Amino acid sequence: MSTILEVKNLAKIYEIGYIRKRQIVAVDKVSFSVKKGEIISLVGESGSGKTTTARMILRLIKPTSGVIKFMGRDIWRDLRGGSDLRWYWRNVNGVFQDPFSSFNPTHRIRDFMYRAFNLFNEKLDRDTKERLVREALQMVGLIPDEVLNRRPFELSGGMRQRVMIARIFLIRPMLVIADEPTSMIDATLRLGILRLFSKLREEIGTTIMFITHDMGLAYYISDRIMVMYRGKIIEEGTPDEIVNNPKHEYTRNLLDSIPKLYTSWFK
Amino acid sequence: MGYVVETIDLRAYYMLRRGSVKAVDGVNLKIGEREIVGVVGESGCGKSTLSRVLALDFIPPLKLVGGKIIIDGEDVTSIPISEARKRIAGTKISLIPQSAMNAIIPVTRVKDYIADVVKEKTGLPREKIVDMARKRFEEIGLPPIALDMYPFELSGGMRQRVLIALATLLNPSLLIADEPTSALDVSTQKMVLTTLYNVFKMGLTKSIMFITHDIATVRQIATRIVVMYAGKIVEDGPTEDLIHNPFHPYSKALMFSILTPEPEVRKRVEQTGGIAGEPPSLINPPPGCRFHPRCPYAMDVCRREEPPMIEVEKGRFVACWLYAKK
Repeated sequence: MSTILEVKNLAKIYEIGYIRKRQIVAVDKVSFSVKKGEIISLVGESGSGKTTTARMILRLIKPTSGVIKFMGRDIWRDLRGGSDLRWYWRNVNGVFQDPFSSFNPTHRIRDFMYRAFNLFNEKLDRDTKERLVREALQMVGLIPDEVLNRRPFELSGGMRQRVMIARIFLIRPMLVIADEPTSMIDATLRLGILRLFSKLREEIGTTIMFITHDMGLAYYISDRIMVMYRGKIIEEGTPDEIVNNPKHEYTRNLLDSIPKLYTSWFK
Repeated sequence: MGYVVETIDLRAYYMLRRGSVKAVDGVNLKIGEREIVGVVGESGCGKSTLSRVLALDFIPPLKLVGGKIIIDGEDVTSIPISEARKRIAGTKISLIPQSAMNAIIPVTRVKDYIADVVKEKTGLPREKIVDMARKRFEEIGLPPIALDMYPFELSGGMRQRVLIALATLLNPSLLIADEPTSALDVSTQKMVLTTLYNVFKMGLTKSIMFITHDIATVRQIATRIVVMYAGKIVEDGPTEDLIHNPFHPYSKALMFSILTPEPEVRKRVEQTGGIAGEPPSLINPPPGCRFHPRCPYAMDVCRREEPPMIEVEKGRFVACWLYAKK
């Protein structure tokens, strides 16, 4: 399998204060690569730098140093102008944590979905667009006639997150960065959403990167897990390696403090 | 054994213009002494409302519609709410609310805040209250210096434990903790859970009611688990039995949807599916069993009649027609 994404010595340092400057190292020289068709998880607690990493890959914030290469192109140096960016976001797209703030509340779902076509190079007529949007919504288990004319606040959290994923089915990117896609969703609906991501890989061959604090989720869905702590990737391996045989002390502590269903700490 | 709290056919609705939201609808719950009861369910199942109702926190539109709440043998619903509140709040029932992280006033020192709250309830002098708080802090393993700090100087886990100390300061009969760990990192979660467990072990509160959506968390400390769905209790039983062998189809679905890093969980998740559909609207709940539109075993009777709560095995109650026939 070929490498689709390569990250080398990526760092992000935030400076705060005007007179007395303080530096916060959010991401500290992180290197990794992702193969085509892989599902990989970046696991860490809050403040570990996982979301910052995701945003840099999505080209939403500029790294302080380091290189991110997608299909051999450095995304911060080689992409110039609108058409390059359109190419990038057509191929690399995100699903975000909060289905409540990812939408413009005044726009209908139809407008939201149609806007995805702005990333397309090909010109499509209205009928084709409508058909594609409907197909995408059906893929994620939504009934198009029920949602298309509604506004985000009329939908539940689970439905909103499905719409976000339907958009991914429409764009069909090569790489999806999913930042805590299920954290706001109820337990009984969570599995359904995760299955959609598996389906995405099966049907379109998408590479998926999960950013999560939930080791259970990562363990269940990924081919490979990377554990992030204080801006660094401290351990990497298959889910079974990480869970059954953690090498780094932090990973061991993390796994110890995750409540298990079939065992109790106090008995 | 006496009951700390007993509710009989408790109904509390949110009265809105477009209809009443039946968040707690016919709940029969008994909490005995020396029990940690975990109340689990999805968002919107009425579990937080139940905690507010037990703490007699009736702020409109929430209204008590029917049923009785008996606290330490006294029917508090027969006396005016404000009077009852005065009598039970803090001393008999103490609530750690869901947004506890933001519950303390940020510009007041912890000790002043605690003194204000407790003085209001008991009329004790400030020095005495601060001394009590210092002692309590030591008991639950909080550094007493935290008393002189401002809440924003404390970490999330510390703040949560300060609230546990405050809530148990008057040794209540029942401590209600509403999602006390959901906003914390996993390592901090464990610390807060340990504190809660110690509070129980040391007898600082007789019983605990722990409300959460996360079964894996609550099962760590609970002696008994109550599963709620759409404003009703659907299953009630000892923790180990309920975890290993849930009876109600909803409890099963809930158990199957948990993702923890355990090999048996992963294997099971790969084999079984989640459940379709979403929780119903509580304004117009479906007739009969409220779970029937999502239930894979739904029969005719489920659509017509509400299932009664029956004892299937000793101490294990379930409200489902599948078991009612046997």
